[in-house]
Amino acid sequence: MARKTTASKTKTKKTVDKEPAKKKAAPAKTTKKPPLASKAKSKAKPAAKAAAKKVVAKKVVAKKVAAKKVTPKKVTKPVKSATTKANGKAKSKANTKAKAPAKTAAKKPSPATTKAASKSGVKVKPLTLMIATRKGAFYLRSDATRDSWKISKPEFLGHIVYHMVSDPRGSKVVVMGSKTGHLGPTVMRSTDNGATWTEATRPPAFTKHEWEEKGRAVENVFWIAPGHESEPGVWYAGTSPPGLFRSEDDGDTWHSVTGFNEHHMYGQWIASGGATPGGQMVHSIRIDPRDPNHMYLAISVGGVFESHDKGHDWHPLNKGCQSEWLPDPDVEYGHDPHCFIFHPLNPDRLYQQNHCGIYKMERSEGVWERIGDNMPKAVGDIGFPIVAHPEDPDCVWVFPMDGTTVWPRTSPEGKPCTYISRNGGKTWKKQSKGLPESDAYFTVKRQAMTCDHRKPLGLYFGTSGGEVWGSADEGESWQCLVRYLPEIYSVTVLED
Amino acid sequence: MNVRIPSPLRSYTSGSAQTQAEGATVAEVLADLDRKYPGIKFRVIDEQDRIRQHIKFFVNTETVESLQHPIGQSDTLHIICALSGG
Repeated sequence: MARKTTASKTKTKKTVDKEPAKKKAAPAKTTKKPPLASKAKSKAKPAAKAAAKKVVAKKVVAKKVAAKKVTPKKVTKPVKSATTKANGKAKSKANTKAKAPAKTAAKKPSPATTKAASKSGVKVKPLTLMIATRKGAFYLRSDATRDSWKISKPEFLGHIVYHMVSDPRGSKVVVMGSKTGHLGPTVMRSTDNGATWTEATRPPAFTKHEWEEKGRAVENVFWIAPGHESEPGVWYAGTSPPGLFRSEDDGDTWHSVTGFNEHHMYGQWIASGGATPGGQMVHSIRIDPRDPNHMYLAISVGGVFESHDKGHDWHPLNKGCQSEWLPDPDVEYGHDPHCFIFHPLNPDRLYQQNHCGIYKMERSEGVWERIGDNMPKAVGDIGFPIVAHPEDPDCVWVFPMDGTTVWPRTSPEGKPCTYISRNGGKTWKKQSKGLPESDAYFTVKRQAMTCDHRKPLGLYFGTSGGEVWGSADEGESWQCLVRYLPEIYSVTVLED
Repeated sequence: MNVRIPSPLRSYTSGSAQTQAEGATVAEVLADLDRKYPGIKFRVIDEQDRIRQHIKFFVNTETVESLQHPIGQSDTLHIICALSGG
């Protein structure tokens, strides 16, 4: 792993308390983000942001992050999009491409920069997607209409990058979980939106106990999650084998969250699953925007877990969820959530794409309801990712995959598509315009589907075959933004 | 003694394929190496002080099975990123 990708010599070292101080629940709020080109920075609490300040001290101008009142706002109708507004010729092009076998489509010349088949004319701020792959990281940048995209040169070429997440709290911090084929796992961090990188001084690592005959060692830093808005500099990491780690200095030093990693039930929570194809891991770490003490995580295989005291104690949250492969499907834990989310405007509305279907929970009820039963039977409700519309708690997207027989985990019948529900899973609608109509066998991993917050909303996914697809109209139509990348593990929006 | 650095770790040594470190055992040499090049040890030794799966150490031509393997001033410690597949 390159120690640094630029001439910058800044390397931060800092000690933080292992046990986070308990804080009073904060009112719900979201972060208003400064424009990409601005010099604005986070409001930087001195203790937690010291590392970041060292790196960009001269550039940093303290700025108050404006709190935005969290009020559920329902989107009643999909916004007419860039691509939907496209002229017939453009649509025709997209469809023609889609009808061709995948191999034929791949002959289209678009190695790096892709110009969309459509011309929307709808101007939004340029957008950057961060693409984490099995062989490095890339930035995919749009123009002001999201019609034209350009892929960057690789960052950390050859390194396995599982997740790459930027700070929604207004800093320019980006944190990356990575490793190489030979070397142990680590975390790379940037304080300038990915322009330069340094390695964590203390990557996530389990505690060594003398009494343990065979102690755990982190093999992969699989999931990265920013902490609560009231805790700038705080980040969480989920690992394989299952572990939860916390940083209070923007990812420079990481400490075991012993409340989870040493929980008296830990061994039982993870014992039921064994190694999944990708290994058991902690993922989907989510912090309640109304309360920094309230958090969730998911374990594949293990289930969804909840903490009300900032990770000191945990309990399973799997009632109603089925583990169909077990003798007793109604177990308390041992389920296989592939991706767990709550809605940012209504954090008591939970969703998960599980190994055994798509589920929804109203937290006050505490029981998972299988909303995937309303998907077409021929398609099923198996998949990895689930994405929520940021302004509509009833609106989610999934990307179905084949979970029959030996679990190919590719698009059912080689026909990739997204499905959208705008009523909390009561009904689902197929979205496949622009996607290959046949012979396309790829997988979309749990971190590899995301949306932006622009109007109209853009939706994106990356495939195991190294393609990134985008929709500027909430999934109504799709276009391939880039091809020929390595296997894609995550697609995230660079917050600006 | 000399320490041979494989290419995946040379980002820590500013590109150097060889460096010097002190110690009477492999563990001590690696600790000294980590003082000079912070972070390098964790990439080859896990938090339970086990040699990572795809890493091998040799003292001269002798395979290292334990980090307590003795090493002398005139020896060379080879850090090898082991081939483990085609």
